[in-house]
Amino acid sequence: MSASVLYDAPGPKARTRNRIYGALSVLGILGLLAFIIHRLDETGQFQSGLWTAYEYTDTQHRILDGLLTTLKTFAIAGALSLAMGALLAAGRLSEHRAVRWTATVVVEFFRAMPLLIMIFLLSAAVFTTEPMWALVFGLVLYNGSVQAEIFRSGINAVPRGQSEAAYALGLRKTQVMSGILVPQAVRSMLPSIISQLVVTLKDTSLGFIILYEELLFVGKAFAQQLTPVNGVYAFIPMVIVFGSIYILLCLALSGLATWVERRTQRSRKGAPPPLAATGAAVMADPGHSAPGTGPGGSGADPS
Amino acid sequence: MNVLSDNFAEFREGFLKTVELTAYSGVLALLLGTLIAAFRVSPVPALRAFGTAWVTLLRNTPLVLLFLTVTLGLPALGLKGWDDFWLAVLALGSYTSAFICEAVRSGINTVPVGQAEAARSIGMTFGQTLGQVVLPQAVRTAIPPIGSLMIALAKNTAIASGFNVGELASVQKGLNSDQGYNIYVIFLWIALCYLIITFAISGLFRLLESRLAVVR
Repeated sequence: MSASVLYDAPGPKARTRNRIYGALSVLGILGLLAFIIHRLDETGQFQSGLWTAYEYTDTQHRILDGLLTTLKTFAIAGALSLAMGALLAAGRLSEHRAVRWTATVVVEFFRAMPLLIMIFLLSAAVFTTEPMWALVFGLVLYNGSVQAEIFRSGINAVPRGQSEAAYALGLRKTQVMSGILVPQAVRSMLPSIISQLVVTLKDTSLGFIILYEELLFVGKAFAQQLTPVNGVYAFIPMVIVFGSIYILLCLALSGLATWVERRTQRSRKGAPPPLAATGAAVMADPGHSAPGTGPGGSGADPS
Repeated sequence: MNVLSDNFAEFREGFLKTVELTAYSGVLALLLGTLIAAFRVSPVPALRAFGTAWVTLLRNTPLVLLFLTVTLGLPALGLKGWDDFWLAVLALGSYTSAFICEAVRSGINTVPVGQAEAARSIGMTFGQTLGQVVLPQAVRTAIPPIGSLMIALAKNTAIASGFNVGELASVQKGLNSDQGYNIYVIFLWIALCYLIITFAISGLFRLLESRLAVVR
């Protein structure tokens, strides 16, 4: 953390000042946390009566059921959206103008629509009795379109020479696509694909609004059923418990995306990612090492 | 076709509410996002940790969960009497702020270190370096992603319909259950309204981009 774009390496004076700011901000953050916990305690959110319900196996089974429903919805929607994305991306890369235009219109339309609007339409017009399929198909239409754009840009990012060389060898279009372009594109696309899957997982919670029994809905129904203790309803414990489950799920999936990203970049370039999260630190390096970057740094600079 | 003319007042109300919701939460997200970005690039470790935690947490929280947290959590903190509309603004704004923060931060990080080093070596102060060298360049790279974040925000406002805010999506929900109207026609009108909003935002940002573009 020595140098960055914004400030020079701190001298003794600046370091003292930074330490003072550090101490002040630690105090501020702790104060904020303390205030929240204090207020929650004061309004009686931490009394044991509100929390004992979570110790019953019956409750735990219900949470598990909600979790399974969410995961099931996510699995179906994720798989179908990948399939639809592949299909639409193939359509957008097609050489027939009609196919290409149709795919473009579909992708642009569904990307521009709020997901919830789609879900309302599907649940009112098509799947009036099965909210799950309204949710799943809404998710598939939206995320499929987004995935299609990811696929397409991934395939377009493969250097032109690759497909030209393949055509020159006499491979057919399908062979070029499946044997040359897709295997290379998947590597660069994988982090974005997984990030979009995180979005899909997050959006399964929209089922809450159309009264589909996924994790959050189970949580709210559960909190409403519990008898209030000393006039306090069990909503905050519910938000804490169910929210943590959701956030942990998403964090795990995002973690996977970051891991895959680091892995694929290392294996391809043999060097750490040039412009990722640690951009500042990496870019700060060459300036310090030597005036002439030299032959060793030829691949390090991201042009 | 007469869904629109029959319920024009409702449509107008919903449309305006969605625009308001987008505008207010957009402003909140920009302010909060810039502040958190400043935290994340600051030399103070505690602030950096806070910024990182904020971004990681909010980026991995479903918006519906955030809505629930805000609508149920604030009263529990003793901050009662907030309008549903402002609660929605708060939820949408803080959710989007995490993404804005990342856009701003990566904008700052794309400015080559040499630029700031050169500015410092000719004796510019911190404020001058920031205001005349770093930020003008950072803003140009940050504008396009912020534009798409604003469009995403406009689409996300639909979720507020689940939390007692009467905007476009709730108009759709209401008319859907009204019976008698063709549900697809309702959808088309609502979709058109959203398209107007998103096109306006993307036009605005394209204008901004071309205004700020530097001819090299």
